[in-house]
Amino acid sequence: MNKTDVLIIGAGPTGLFCAHQLGLIGLKSEIVDNLDKVGGQCIELYPDKPIYDIPAIPECTGEELTNNLLKQIKPFNIKFYLNDRVEEVKKNQDRWNVITTNKKEFNVSSIVIAGGVGSFEPRKFSIKECEKFEGKSLFYSIKDKNLFYNKTVTIFGGGDSALDWAIELSNNCRINLVHRRDEFSGAQASVDKIKKLQSEGKLNLYTKFQLMLVRGSRNIESVTIKHDDETTKEIQTDYLLGFFGLIMQLGPILNWGLNLNKKTIEVNTENFETNQPGIFAIGDICSYPGKLKLILSGFHEGALAARGCFKYARPEEKLRFEFSTTSKSAKERLGIN
Amino acid sequence: MFLHTCLICFNPYRWLMAKIKYITHDNKIYTIDVKNGLSVMEGAVQNNVPGIDADCGGGMACATCHVYVREDWLDKLPTKEDGEEDMLDMAFEPKTNSRLSCQLIVSDVLEGLAVSIPSKQG
Repeated sequence: MNKTDVLIIGAGPTGLFCAHQLGLIGLKSEIVDNLDKVGGQCIELYPDKPIYDIPAIPECTGEELTNNLLKQIKPFNIKFYLNDRVEEVKKNQDRWNVITTNKKEFNVSSIVIAGGVGSFEPRKFSIKECEKFEGKSLFYSIKDKNLFYNKTVTIFGGGDSALDWAIELSNNCRINLVHRRDEFSGAQASVDKIKKLQSEGKLNLYTKFQLMLVRGSRNIESVTIKHDDETTKEIQTDYLLGFFGLIMQLGPILNWGLNLNKKTIEVNTENFETNQPGIFAIGDICSYPGKLKLILSGFHEGALAARGCFKYARPEEKLRFEFSTTSKSAKERLGIN
Repeated sequence: MFLHTCLICFNPYRWLMAKIKYITHDNKIYTIDVKNGLSVMEGAVQNNVPGIDADCGGGMACATCHVYVREDWLDKLPTKEDGEEDMLDMAFEPKTNSRLSCQLIVSDVLEGLAVSIPSKQG
C-alpha cells in the first residue's frame, strides 16, 4: 500500500502541472497513466505538431511542452505508474483507497482526476465477429512478434504502426497489408519501403479495401475484404492485426459515484472538487459553466485543485498564499539555495 | 424615404444561420438552425444531437465527430485539409463520403445540409 497525499490520474500537461503546484505547497503526489509514456494527448495525438497558445511560449510542440513540464517537476521526484489504470476508488474513513489494474494500492487524502477524455484504448474493427478472436488470432498491439513466425499475417491500417509492423514482420511472415485508400499517413520512407517489398513479392498490398467478414472457428482462417467499387476478395490468414490508433474511453471512472455530464465530470469552480469530497477533476475531463478545453485552463484548474487538496492532506494547517519568487519554503522544495 | 418593414427580411438572424439536418443511425432526424461560423460538430454537440462525441473538441485529432455526407453535398463542402483524411483512417467504418464534422463550418452555402451519423464513433 502506497501512502501519499495525492494521487493524480493522468500524466498529461494538466496532471503534470498539478503535481508541480502540489509540490510547491509541500504535498506529495504520485501519478498513474494508462499510456506507456508521459504527456497524454500532447504525446499521443500531436507530439510534433505546434501549439501556439501556451502563455509566454509563442510556439512549442506537444513533446517540448511535456519535456518542459517534466523538467519543471523534477525537483519533486514524482513517482509515475505508467501502463496502469485506476480501477477502483473507495472511501476509507477520511481518506481514499485506490486500486489499479496492475493491483497497485494507494491510500491518499485526495485524488485529482486529470484524465483528459478518458484512457486511451486501441480502436477496434467494426465487425462484431472480431471480438471472439481478440487476443488469440486478432490483436491491436504486439507483445511478442515470435508468435507470427512463418505465419500469414493480415495487417489493417495506414499509419506508422501498421507500416512499421508490416515491414518488420515481412522478414519472416507472409504479410497482407490492407488500407482504405491509396495514400498512407505513415512516414514516406516507410511507404517507399512497403512499395519496394510489394514489388519484390514479399508483401501483398490491398488499397481501397476494408474488412467485411472474418471466418474461422477457434482461430481466424480467412478474411473477406471489400473494395470501394464493391468487389470482394477472400484472403487466407492466420492472424489479423488492426492499427487504427487510439480512442479515449472514460472506463472505470463511470463507477466512482461522480456526477457526470456526457463524458465529463461536474466540478465547482472554486477548487474543481467533484460531488465526492476529496476527489477533484481538472483539464479536459471536467465541466463547469464556461469551460474551455485549453491546456492553459487545465493549468489554472490544477493550481486551484492543489490548494483544495491541502485542506484534506493537512487539516490542521493553514495554507498561506506565497509567490514562488519570494517564498523561502517554495525555493527549498524546488532545491534552490 | 422607404422603410422596409417585412419581418422576414428584417429579422437580423435571417441570414446568420443554416438549417442542418442530422440523421442518427436509427433514423431519427434532428433539424437544427446552426449559426454561421460554428462547425457542424458544434451544432450537434450544443443541441444534444446524439452520436457525435468530438472528444478532442474540434482539433481534428480524434475522429469522433465522423459523419457521412449525402453525395450531392460533397462538392459543396470546404475541401479536406491535410490531416482530415489521415484522421478518417481511424474513424469507425469510414466511407468515401465521410467527413469530420468539426471541419465543416456552417455558412449560407450549407443551408439544408444533411449528414448521417454512424452507429458508433469508435
